[in-house]
This record gives sequence, C-alpha cells and structure tokens, in this order.
Amino acid sequence: MTARLTVQGLTIRLPQGADRENAIEDVSLTLNAGEILCVVGESGSGKSVTASAAMGLLAPGLSITAGALDLCGEDLRNVTPDQWRGIRGRRIAMVFQEPMTALNPLMTVGAQLEEMWRVHLGLDTAEARRRALAALTEVKLPDPEGALRAYPHELSGGQRQRVMIAMALALEPEVLICDEPTTALDVTTQAQVLALIKDLQVRHGTAVMFITHDFGVVAEIADRVAVMRLGQVVEEGSAQAVLTTPQHDYTKALLRAVPALAAPVPRTLSDERVLEVRGLTKTYASRGVFRRRRPVRALDDVSVSVRRGATLAVVGESGSGKSTLARVVVGLLGADGGQVTIGGAPLPTQRRAAARLVQMVFQDPYASLNPRRRVGAQVAQGPIAAGTPARQAMTEARELFCMVGLDGDAVDRYPHEFSGGQRQRIGIARALAMKPQVLVADEPVSALDVSVQAQVLALLRELQQRLDLSILFITHDLRVAAQLCDEVAVMRNGVVEESGPIGAVFAAPRSDYTRSLIAAIPGKALFGA
Amino acid sequence: MRAARAYLRSPAAVIGTVILLAVVVMGVGADWFYPGDPLGLAGRPLQWPGQNPRFSLGTDSSGRDIAAQIFHGARVSLLIGFVATSIAVVIGIAIGAVAGFYGGATDTVLMRVTEAFQTLPNFILLLVLVAVFGSTIETVTIAIGIVSWPPVARLTRAEFLSLRTRDFVQACRVQGLSDVHLILREVLPNALPPVIVYASVVMAVAILLESALAFLELSDPNVPSWGNLIGLGRNVLRTEWYVSAIPGVAILLTILGVSLVGQGLNDALNPRLARAR
Repeated sequence: MTARLTVQGLTIRLPQGADRENAIEDVSLTLNAGEILCVVGESGSGKSVTASAAMGLLAPGLSITAGALDLCGEDLRNVTPDQWRGIRGRRIAMVFQEPMTALNPLMTVGAQLEEMWRVHLGLDTAEARRRALAALTEVKLPDPEGALRAYPHELSGGQRQRVMIAMALALEPEVLICDEPTTALDVTTQAQVLALIKDLQVRHGTAVMFITHDFGVVAEIADRVAVMRLGQVVEEGSAQAVLTTPQHDYTKALLRAVPALAAPVPRTLSDERVLEVRGLTKTYASRGVFRRRRPVRALDDVSVSVRRGATLAVVGESGSGKSTLARVVVGLLGADGGQVTIGGAPLPTQRRAAARLVQMVFQDPYASLNPRRRVGAQVAQGPIAAGTPARQAMTEARELFCMVGLDGDAVDRYPHEFSGGQRQRIGIARALAMKPQVLVADEPVSALDVSVQAQVLALLRELQQRLDLSILFITHDLRVAAQLCDEVAVMRNGVVEESGPIGAVFAAPRSDYTRSLIAAIPGKALFGA
Repeated sequence: MRAARAYLRSPAAVIGTVILLAVVVMGVGADWFYPGDPLGLAGRPLQWPGQNPRFSLGTDSSGRDIAAQIFHGARVSLLIGFVATSIAVVIGIAIGAVAGFYGGATDTVLMRVTEAFQTLPNFILLLVLVAVFGSTIETVTIAIGIVSWPPVARLTRAEFLSLRTRDFVQACRVQGLSDVHLILREVLPNALPPVIVYASVVMAVAILLESALAFLELSDPNVPSWGNLIGLGRNVLRTEWYVSAIPGVAILLTILGVSLVGQGLNDALNPRLARAR
C-alpha cells in the first residue's frame, strides 16, 4: 500500500474570538491508494477543515500553525497559488455536498465538463466532447448525450451529483475528497451514488477521503474510519474494527445514537382519531407567461389519521408531498379539495382559532426563530395573542423551558446564544405553549447531529407520554420514524402508497416502493433491520 | 452592542460622524455664533474672504455675511434632509411592506404605482410639485420627500418578499398572530438594516435636490439655505466665484459626511458584506 495523502500532526488555528483555539489539533491521517477513508464527526468536529486544508482552500482567517501535509511525498504547505491550480482538479479533486451550488447554472453540463480537459490538458473541443460523453456514460447517467446539452437545473439532484463525480474523476486524480456528497440526496438516490463511488474507486484505484456524519454511510462504503471530535482524531482503524468494537467512548456513544431500524414494541392505541385527513388534494398551478409548466400534484387524494396520544409518521422522499401535507394540516396552505378535521370538527380557517388545535415544529432550528427577539417572548406571544395575561404567559413559558430541558432563565436570551438542539427544544416549547390537540413535526431532527437527534427524539417521546400528545411526524428517515412512531404512512408523488402500524409495514411491506426505501437505508447490515 | 463597536472601528464611519457632528453644531449654534438676521444687510457687497476682518468668508452681492448664511444654512439643509428622508422612508416602508408581505394583486397594484413615480425623473416631478404648491420651505421639504420614496419601497418590498416565507414568520402564523404583528414585530426588524443604510443616500440626495431647486431660484427665498447662496452667486460667478464656491464646499462636505456614515452603518449592520470587501 502506498500512501497518497499524509497528514502529520496538522494543527490549524481559528481566528481569535472563536469558541476554541484550533480548528483541528495534531491531526494525523494517512490515505492509501485504492482505499476509502471515512472521516466521521458531528458538526464542528473539524472534518471539513481537514479536507479544505488538503485542497489548499482554507477559509481566510485560518492558518496552519504546525504539522505537515504531503501528496505522494510532495509538501503541500508551501505551494503557491499558481501551483495549486495545477494540483487541484488534476491531482486532488473534490465532490461537494450540494451539487446545485457547485455547478455553474448558466453553462451546460457538457461545457463545464469539457472545460476540465481544455483548461488542464489543452485538448481541442472535439476530443474534450468525446471524453465528456465517455465520462457521463461511466457515471451511468441515463441519457449521456442529452445530459451534455442540459443545464444543471434540468437534472435531478442525483444526476447532478453524478455529473460532479464525473467532473472530479475527469483527470484521473490521485486523491478524491468527497464532502458529504450524499447528504442532500434521497435515500434511494444515496444508495445508488454510494455504489457508484465505490465502483469507480475500485476501477480507477483512486484514494478517496469521504467526509460524512452518517454511520450508516460509513458502514456501506468505508475501508478505514477516522472519528473526529472537537478538532481531534479520537479513533482510527479499519471499518470493521471501529464499527463493531469501538474503543473510544465517543465512538461508542455515536454508534449507540444511531437509531436501529427495529419497530418499537407496539402500544395499545386509542380508538379515538383526533386528526383526520380525508381525500386531500393540492395542485401547484402552472404560472408564467412564456413557458407553461406542468401543474404538480403535490397531494392526490390523501387520507391519513392520527389517534389520540399516538404518533403517525409520514415518510417519503423529497417531492412526495409530505411537507405540503404538514402545511395544509396546520392551515399554512389551503387545499384544493378534501377535509381536515381535528377533534371531530373541521379545521377553522381563522388563524387564531386553528392555533389552539394544531401546532407545528419546524425543520430548521436556525431559521424558525426570529433572530432579533428574545426566545421567551417568542414562546409567550402565541398565548398572549389568544388572551392569556402577559405575566401568566411568561410564567408558563419558563415552565415550558424547564419541561423541554432548558434553564427557565434562558427566556431572556436571543436565539444565537443557543445550539441547534437547544433551538429545536425552544421550537417544541413554542408549539406546546398553545396546548394544541395535535402537534405537527416537519422533519424536526433532520438538521441535527446524530447524538442531538437522539436527545430530541427522547424528549418528544417523554413529552408525548406526559401530555398525551398526538403527533403527526413528517420525516424522510425510516430509522427516525422507527424511533418514535406507532403508525406510518408512506408517501410518493403525492399519493399514500401504504399505511399501517409501523411494525407491520417494516416487517412485511406491501408496496414495492416501501420495500425499495427500506432496502436503500445505508448500513442496514450493521445496525439491524 | 456588537454593531456599535463595529461602527466605531470603521474609519469611514468615524470621519463621517465627525463631519456630520460639525455641521450639526454649526446649525444648532448658528444663533449664538451669528446672532441677528443672516439675510440682513451687513456691509459693503462683494468683499472677498479675508478682505474685511468682520466677514471671515466675505459678503455676497447684496452685502450679506456669507459666514452667517453658511451657519444658518446648515440648519436649513439638515432639517430639509432629515424631514424629507423621514417622509420618504415612512411612505416607502409602508408601501413596500404591504406589497411584499401580501404579494399577489396588492403587490402588483402598489408596484405599478411605485414604477409610475419612478419613471418620472424626480427632479422634474419636484419642479412640478413646487410650481403647483408654491415654494415655501414646508412644501419644498414635503415635495422632496414625495419624490424620494420609490427606491425605499422597492428595497423594503424585496426584503419582505424573502423574509415572509421564512420559518419563523410561518411559526408565528401557526401561533395565531395577526398580520399586523407579523409585519411590525417579526419581519420589519429583520428588514430594516438595508433600509437604514439606504436612508443615508436619500438624505444626501434630498440636500442636493434642495440646492438644485435653490440654484434655479425655485426654493424658499426667505430662508438662508446653501442652495440660495449658490443661486445668488451665479450672476457673479466669473469674477467673485467664492460666493458660489463656499456653500458648494459646505454641501460637498455634508454629503460626504452623510455617505460615510451610511457606509459605516452598512459595515456595522451587514458584517458579512463588510468582511468580503
């Protein structure tokens, strides 16, 4: 085994005033030819900083203070910007998380790909085109000829990521760095892209550094694993060893936090259906003068119901209509047809009346709180608008803060003083402040790190038992659904494909789509099905 | 607090604040520095600066003290700038907020009105307004405010359009809060920083517009404004150019001060943009 990329005792200093002194500290990693090294860690662990140092793309303000960085024995620390341009793309290539922002929206895919050969190797247009076509064929795009002429927005997310991979591998680099390349993709697409990366890596003998936060993905793809925490490598070893016999406590905790895909023990459920959705339809109409867009059926005759004190998971990939369903149920969107009933009565159209019946927890904890107002006021304002005296509402807000595991005095602080998990707790407190009959949670944990995710799910479960909450839980992640939910409805293209008790659906899925969803979950073999 | 510290760290902001403060002191202390009517006859006309120790900046063609007019004129210019900007910002925010928040037909109607105002060159519109309603200092100020609001409205609307769909606004809808609460308490505070920065541009333009009116002798001749002084100097521009040049420099410095303060505010309120520059 020859070492392609070696990182030796690398320390990178953060600008003054950051939460710690060094972004990464004394990090040593070796990336050998023909292997996939997974660098795993939660947000802020320094895994992306390590990758950008290897690409010579450190953000301004960061500086290497100690250690060495070698590419096939060549020192990368004192490379000039001109020399970097020769190294990047040709010897080290990178695939980014979000393919839409990594591609130029105004250039066709073909033109962007051909640029690689024209700029780096000086090939003529015809030869570059021939190679681009071959590259797109290799990454298994369904219509390579058409894709060459397409603009990035005309491709799906998975197809764009395939183009990015083709582009990264165009010049046969010695090292490929993948920074969370599948995080933005649906689970079935993710499985395909992972298989593709693995396949190409074997065929080209590339050394791949794969950065991820998802242990399922690690289990699928890694030869070796390095676990990072707060800028340090806490554990490194073969994938088999790290995943099955972890040594460090942090690795053990992370692995424990990965939810198993085992349905929870069935509970006896109430027969009373507190939320009933019947025959809901919603079409996003076509608009625009010059181009007629196809109307999108976001909801097509959707019927689901939530029992009192129970949780219904609505599972589906992006574009399945699950978020539209959530927004219609809380009254943020009007439906074209069908009915939403809560506690036996139709959902009132008046905002204030609906607020007492149904509340929502949002996906992004950073976007769902107003950055310029104190969090306590944001929790208490709903009850105050509904007629609760201000002082009583603030007292209740303090109690709610304690209930969701925060300090009661935190009500006087601003959102930026809280971490993502804490903000999500505030979001839950805000929803509970209205004492709703139904809580709609739209992907409440998908923006959180896996250990924080586990804590928030545990909180929701505890609150459900304490307050007899009925929850409509929207998620793309079957594992998360399995943690909390009693029943599940699988959605695809606006249609409910399958629904029933979660144990039954997981054990014996009736629809092909559900089966493919379950099959695509990464790391199934390791974490149990 | 953080914004205040960032503001004071920017050299542009500090220089701008000093210039602006100096102009404010001139305006506020005008009666104390130069008591009596600045438009009253003071001495022999057209004395060059330094020629007579009583008139440090000389006298104009009617024999009035230029220094006294500059000090009293600072008051008028600042007042016009400030009041006209307030008018423009209030109208602009109200129209922009409603258009951006509600969208749809409301937005279309309000934006067509805004565009109608914008397609007219605003100085021509100002001339029409002054011609119709007369040129007292009050009508001039209000007219300047009325011609200056459309860009503020467009800016506010753009901010509202992007903010109104944010999760925190949706969360407040779900909490059952009224539209008035959403607009005033949730969206507006987040939309305000770029509007405040733009207000400094409006203020600079307002001062210039008044001067331009005065140069055409269409502003209120009964107040000692800088523009009036420039207008008076026009007839003797080739021989006694200082009569126009001195108020010109005063206008230049004031607008420079306002712009620098605006840039400082921009750096302080949009720290990400400032760092990128």
